[in-house]
Amino acid sequence: MIIDLPSTSTSQVNAKLVEMRARGGAVALGRVLTLVIATEDDEQLEAAIEAANEASREHPSRVIVVAKGSRSAAPRIDGQIRVGGDAGASEVIVMRLYGALATQGQSAVVPLLLPDAPIVAWWPGSGPKAPSEDPIGELAQRRITDSAAERNPVKALGTRAKAYKEGDTDLAWTRLTHWRAQLVAALDLPPYEAVTGAVVTGEADSPSTELLAGWLAEYLKVPVKRIKSVGAQGIVSVVLERNSGAIELSRPDGRIGTLTQPGQPTRRIELRRRDNKDCLIEELRRLDPDEVYEASLHGLGKIASGATPKAAAAKVSPAAAKAGAAAKAAPKAKPPKETTSS
Amino acid sequence: MTRVWENPLRDPRDKRLPRIAGPSSLVIFGVTGDLARKKLMPAIYDLANRGLLPAGFSLVGFARRDWAHQDFGELVHDSVKEHARTPFKESVWNRLAEGIRFVQGSFDDDDAFDKLAQTVKDLDSERGTGGNTAFYLSIPPSAFPVVIKQLARSGLSDADAQTWRRVVIEKPFGHDLKSAKELNSIVNDVFPEESVFRIDHYLGKETVQNILALRFANQLFEPIWNANYVDHVQITMAEDIGLGGRAGYYDGIGAARDVIQNHLLQLLAFTAMEEPGSFSPRALRAEKIKVLAATKPAEPISETTARGQYEGGWQGGKKVPGLLEEGGFSKESKTETYAAVTLEVQNRRWAGVPFYLRTGKRLGRRVTEIAVVFKRAPHLPFDSSSTEELGQNALVIRVQPDEGITLRFGSKVPGNIMEVRDVTMDFGYGHAFTESSPEAYERLILDVLLGEPSLFPVNEEVELSWEILDPVLDHWAAHGTPEPYSPGTWGPPSADELLARDGRNWRRP
Repeated sequence: MIIDLPSTSTSQVNAKLVEMRARGGAVALGRVLTLVIATEDDEQLEAAIEAANEASREHPSRVIVVAKGSRSAAPRIDGQIRVGGDAGASEVIVMRLYGALATQGQSAVVPLLLPDAPIVAWWPGSGPKAPSEDPIGELAQRRITDSAAERNPVKALGTRAKAYKEGDTDLAWTRLTHWRAQLVAALDLPPYEAVTGAVVTGEADSPSTELLAGWLAEYLKVPVKRIKSVGAQGIVSVVLERNSGAIELSRPDGRIGTLTQPGQPTRRIELRRRDNKDCLIEELRRLDPDEVYEASLHGLGKIASGATPKAAAAKVSPAAAKAGAAAKAAPKAKPPKETTSS
Repeated sequence: MTRVWENPLRDPRDKRLPRIAGPSSLVIFGVTGDLARKKLMPAIYDLANRGLLPAGFSLVGFARRDWAHQDFGELVHDSVKEHARTPFKESVWNRLAEGIRFVQGSFDDDDAFDKLAQTVKDLDSERGTGGNTAFYLSIPPSAFPVVIKQLARSGLSDADAQTWRRVVIEKPFGHDLKSAKELNSIVNDVFPEESVFRIDHYLGKETVQNILALRFANQLFEPIWNANYVDHVQITMAEDIGLGGRAGYYDGIGAARDVIQNHLLQLLAFTAMEEPGSFSPRALRAEKIKVLAATKPAEPISETTARGQYEGGWQGGKKVPGLLEEGGFSKESKTETYAAVTLEVQNRRWAGVPFYLRTGKRLGRRVTEIAVVFKRAPHLPFDSSSTEELGQNALVIRVQPDEGITLRFGSKVPGNIMEVRDVTMDFGYGHAFTESSPEAYERLILDVLLGEPSLFPVNEEVELSWEILDPVLDHWAAHGTPEPYSPGTWGPPSADELLARDGRNWRRP
């Protein structure tokens, strides 16, 4: 059910929510958190709501979408309430803010927050430079940004590292979890030898690749080389060097990973790029500070950059490289389907 | 190895990382059975889909059918498509399918087991299963001795210091104390107790694990969780289906052996145990063993137990046959399909608090729950007419379906007179947390591969359970027959009389 409340106020929205609950039964019971989505009023808005609705199957929540509309219009709020089939296991409140109100999102959010429940803020598009100092970010225990959605992802990651406060997290970090899990599991097995060096290869502007390298540098305390590939998307491969031979985890096609270790057969692993829904579910699972993310941001400064390998560059046609870059520039414009690129 | 290897990438604060099992393979005996098709294989796919299986994980099926690997692959494919919890993805399936093998043979066929041993070995070199193998015996216990002997003979059960072998067995764990001990000794002959995993799928359920969180993570409940405040506890596992087609397994076994011995006594142990020193498997088991050792049937058994057998009749708009008309059951079968027992936990916390356990087939509806019923308030400052409709406070842990917790307490009825009536407050797992919580088998299979034994009962627990139940079974065998009850009801009249004697009545779940 979708109810539009044009030119409204937050108290009217609240009254409507109470009325709907009284009439329709326990619509709003058992919510475990409030998710605030701060976004521009554009095509990425629906994709973000859809991801939040999917995530609500695991984390029933009240979703408040603060969409910034035209700054030059007269100040007003257009509200919309979605419940039932249109909202997964959540209830969605969309607030479109126009004119001077557009920059005052927090004033529209505060009256609608669930009592006592934790608050999570998510910027699916371009996020604030210092999330914890943003008016909406200040309200939240957990602040989710997405460096990959920024105009310059790697630079954005650097900014995040400088502004880091406990409770910050980034979807570029969440996308790494499967990679990290496989690498950790590989080191759990014999031969138990120290890693002497590491090489991380990936797309030039892939923040996940940077973070992976940072994580390795911070935890292994060995030189980590970052090689920028051309054409291939996202993370391409990780090599951990040891005296007995290297562990290599590579994913040239963006789907299937191959794990090679000396003295053991090559193993193939499903290592598909994760969609936003998956990442959001993982993010909402824990609301405490992520120390490992903080450590990896710290590790960013320790990465040595390597040259772009000529062989890899030569193999890829310019057209493919361009397509990859284009997909990179606007990754959020697409619905979060499983075949997302970058 | 002089020093214990510390993985530099592992950080205990890193809660994102899933627990991925190490390289391993799983051999399932009895792959064509219902359990394997409906639960095990879908659970394995779901684990793969969640990225929790190791790279190179392999699945070997062993059965009498004359099949090629592809035929078995097809069976797995179909059962996964039909029963898996998570959406079917071709790419995940393809990775999993690469490691599926089938070995044809009967349990007394030496060649077949040698072939199985070779297959497991080949998988290690081809796919890198690390020589680690779990054997899932989804077969009747009568076949255990021969299969276990074959595993030992063919060398499949031999592990060295670097690898592990684990065996997974399903209920029934014997049919009385003596047979349980025999079974344990057969299994323990070949597999040491720490590598035996007895599956009680109830323990894999989120709601059952939540009993521990509810009791030991909150300040609210534990202070009143004792004989000072609790009047009695009812543990119910009811099913609305009959036993058509299950005569071979059920006839002569009955409801008490099938359900009370394992599921209900485990639920009792979780409900009644003291706080463990930690959540390590050892500490947890120690507390469960303590409470089971203190549990005894209430005497006299003729007055504290009840049993029944369903008759034919109408249930839920359908005509259903009685047990004696079900195919395969003897016309004189004395097998009970309903069993209720009264147990006492003889320790300071629970002295004088009866635990009523009941289970049955063809009851009102399918439900499993634990109801902790509290004493009445010692004094009610209302007119007696105001509180006529006030019952006892109760905390109900709904194990399945509709997982959650219900709290029942008194509340004023709106209006200008003071009238207090029972109301309920509901916590639903479904809407408060996760609709898509993992299936019990997913959790348990993963725990087997990880070697994490917390959720599996050890042989001492099994033997203690039989010690509790054996006096009741002996009494039943010596006296009378089960009382008939109509399908779709909540059991025979004697079950109601059993509680009425104590001035109580069964909660309608």
